[in-house]
Amino acid sequence: MIFIGERINAGFKDVRAAIVNHDGDVIKEWAVKQTAAKADYLEVAIGTASNKPEDLCWMIEMVQSVCDTPISIDINKPVLLKEAIKICKKPPLVNSTTAIEEKMNEIMPIVAEYNASVIGLVMDEEGSPKTVDKRIESAGKIMAKAMDLGITPDRLFLDPIIMPLKFMQDQHKVVMNAVSQFTLFSDPPCHIVCGLTNASNGAVHKKLINRVLVAMLIAHGLDAVILDVLDEELVNTILTADLIMNRSIYADSYLEAFRK
Amino acid sequence: MQLPDVNEKWTHRINTVTIGATKEQGGTRGKTITVGGQTTLPSLTFEGATPNKPVIAGYVADTPPDWPDTLKNAIGKEINSPAEWARKCVETFGVDMINLSLIGADPSGKNSTPAECARVVESVLKAVDVPLIIRGCNDEEKDNLVLLECSQASRGENCLIGSAKEKNYRTVVAICKADKHKIIAEAPVDINIGKQVNILLQDSGFDLNDVVMFQTTAALGYGLDYVYTILERARTTGIKGDKLMAMPQLCDVGGETWRVKEAVADEDVLPGWGSLQKRGPMWEAACAAAYLQAGADILIMAHPAAIATIKMLIQRLS
Repeated sequence: MIFIGERINAGFKDVRAAIVNHDGDVIKEWAVKQTAAKADYLEVAIGTASNKPEDLCWMIEMVQSVCDTPISIDINKPVLLKEAIKICKKPPLVNSTTAIEEKMNEIMPIVAEYNASVIGLVMDEEGSPKTVDKRIESAGKIMAKAMDLGITPDRLFLDPIIMPLKFMQDQHKVVMNAVSQFTLFSDPPCHIVCGLTNASNGAVHKKLINRVLVAMLIAHGLDAVILDVLDEELVNTILTADLIMNRSIYADSYLEAFRK
Repeated sequence: MQLPDVNEKWTHRINTVTIGATKEQGGTRGKTITVGGQTTLPSLTFEGATPNKPVIAGYVADTPPDWPDTLKNAIGKEINSPAEWARKCVETFGVDMINLSLIGADPSGKNSTPAECARVVESVLKAVDVPLIIRGCNDEEKDNLVLLECSQASRGENCLIGSAKEKNYRTVVAICKADKHKIIAEAPVDINIGKQVNILLQDSGFDLNDVVMFQTTAALGYGLDYVYTILERARTTGIKGDKLMAMPQLCDVGGETWRVKEAVADEDVLPGWGSLQKRGPMWEAACAAAYLQAGADILIMAHPAAIATIKMLIQRLS
């Protein structure tokens, strides 16, 4: 399982304030904490806090000053991406492109050039997909583009687009069905990732919904997740689901061993 | 049309473990032995690196094991002296290192004292200059005493000592840490316990880069397929990136083969099975060849003819 720590995101008030005030300590602290919690990538998302490339680069530098965990750059503006990707010490994960041709042509050549990985959202001009077929169609377009550019399946993360449970209850079975199909696209398969928090948006029992949904998605083939890596119960659920899927070898102390 | 690349792409490497210490390194060995470092499965040299060939450790015991005459005769009268036996293993049989099993310490057998065992270790270290594996008698309580003295007697020689088990690892870990030896992590044909032992070693501050895994061993016809599967699964898991399973692996082929009827009973007991003279070493060599293929890095072997066959096989396969 690939853990992408979500916390360095301007969507959180403390991070937003840190960007505006150039207070590096907040960002460094989240980088250290999430790395200690075994994040494989640290998401760095500037959101609407700033549109200056130097601010995004500053965030990445803050992270890289305290840990060597690879960065997941949450950005969809090619101009920002070009600047940010240059300063990443390890090949980053670019979050994200869609299946829109123009978008792929902007983002994916940069990904290929820097030997980075990329998240492909399976949506196109028509917006969020509603059906399995629509998701597969977009996933196919992204995979074809990745192959053209020499981005190997292990560097491609398909995101099936998770909807809030509270508002779109009919979508989750559809998503699981699509995830199962994604695993058949190539051998070895590409990664399948999702942002969990979207699922529990607006709900009361957020953590429970996240835990159950992630376990069910893993059963269908999900192998990467953008999450609150400090949520111990959530991580334990994922580690256990991984064992149930026979992806790692059971040992009595598997939870403790992960945190060593 | 271009053929697609069907090579497996493994992402990780098995740990390398070096056993033995030369004079410059604080020991008295003439050479060291390094195992591990692979980035692919055995023999698939086109798929990844196999920087270190598997090695053969000659089986030597402090007291002659309960073995058939065919094997004892093949080894010769030297079997009565661990030092001479070890020397013959190295000089005549051409093994890479020596496994010294202190079976004489067994309380239900000869019940040698830890001090006697330590003297055997010293005599073997004097007789040969290859690296040494030191193993107890499989009585946990006694082994904790025996291995302690043997470890001190071989201090600085960077031996491979065992075994650390799920329910009995603290003493061996303390010994190996104090005297700077490598450790054998043993599990009873159980991959989950194997992983658990490694976790326990790591928890007690032992560097997993100094560990060799040992899933005990089964002779052909007595569960070889179970052990084979575990060795293979551990190896694929290791090169896929599970750091808790990325250790070189050990098999005691000699110790196990020469206990089964196919290797010890002659034609009068097993009509139609062919002469024991040939069958015994063939049984041992067949087991060893299978374990090589499964991912064994160190094979403990006894019969000179079986050793010669496997040496040739290792040469040809790598």
